[in-house]
Amino acid sequence: MKKKLIHDVFHEYISEFYQKRSIMEIKLIYEGEVTHKITKAFTASVENKMTNEGESSLLKRKVFHIIVESLQNISKHAQSIIHTKDDFNGMGSFLIAKSKKDYYIVAGNPIHKDEKQEIIKLIDNINSLNKQDLSALHKEQMKEGKLSSKGGAGLGLIEIARKSGKALSYSFKKLSDEVEFFILTTQIPSI
Amino acid sequence: MINSIKIDEKEDTPKVIFDPSNNFFEISGRSLPEDAILFYEPILAWLNKYSYNPNILTELNIKLNYFNTASSKLILDILMILEEMVDNNKQCIIKWYFEEDDEDMEEAGEEYSDLIDVPFELIKY
Repeated sequence: MKKKLIHDVFHEYISEFYQKRSIMEIKLIYEGEVTHKITKAFTASVENKMTNEGESSLLKRKVFHIIVESLQNISKHAQSIIHTKDDFNGMGSFLIAKSKKDYYIVAGNPIHKDEKQEIIKLIDNINSLNKQDLSALHKEQMKEGKLSSKGGAGLGLIEIARKSGKALSYSFKKLSDEVEFFILTTQIPSI
Repeated sequence: MINSIKIDEKEDTPKVIFDPSNNFFEISGRSLPEDAILFYEPILAWLNKYSYNPNILTELNIKLNYFNTASSKLILDILMILEEMVDNNKQCIIKWYFEEDDEDMEEAGEEYSDLIDVPFELIKY
């Protein structure tokens, strides 16, 4: 039931996204629990594919970085909803797609609704900063920020923005009274 | 003298050699451990212990080609132990290697050198 709900919400989002961004190719789509093994498998598979397609090592590295940080964000947020009464635990959605020119990485995961405002504030702030300011924020967060075993301190989002060089787009869909589905879309220009 | 640390490189964790008797200190490869704190804690603990009675010159070679943000904070923690050693009048130098076209690792090195007060060399290879 919960799986079906997340599936529907995610697919509603990505079908609009396909249209809007003129997506030509789906490289990978995944729905389920995000583990370290999954991260390793996805990065290896995408790296191989990109090598075969003759993509530059710069682009490969960017995509690699953003996949790792996006998946890490999913597993990190999964912890925040452990204590809600709905069982949305450990579920994430992940898509890698390509338009004619750009790679896109879409990551969706349930979050506790109390986190929503904080995430919006964080992303809006990141989107308002230029390259130098992002670097300064990154340094500040590294020095001051708190770290859990899964990362944290907003460093992942800052890195995603720095690597992509584009504004981060986000979307929220309500899953229950306590839980929202957070979708982060990153665009990576293939230069 | 304390024992050395030798950790073999894996697909998601770097090679780590901290070997005071041969005066060789290196971290190289990729760092995206499942649990970054778990991986780096023993390394930090070792370095802390070493810092009380270090070699005359400690040269740390960092030759990473990728690390995730969870690792980045712990790498900073390592560098901060060296900073403390420098504050206590010990000699340290950090040699940060990056591949010729790898702007990410070059920038990462620059950022670390801004954050800590230890002689820092950025080396292209």
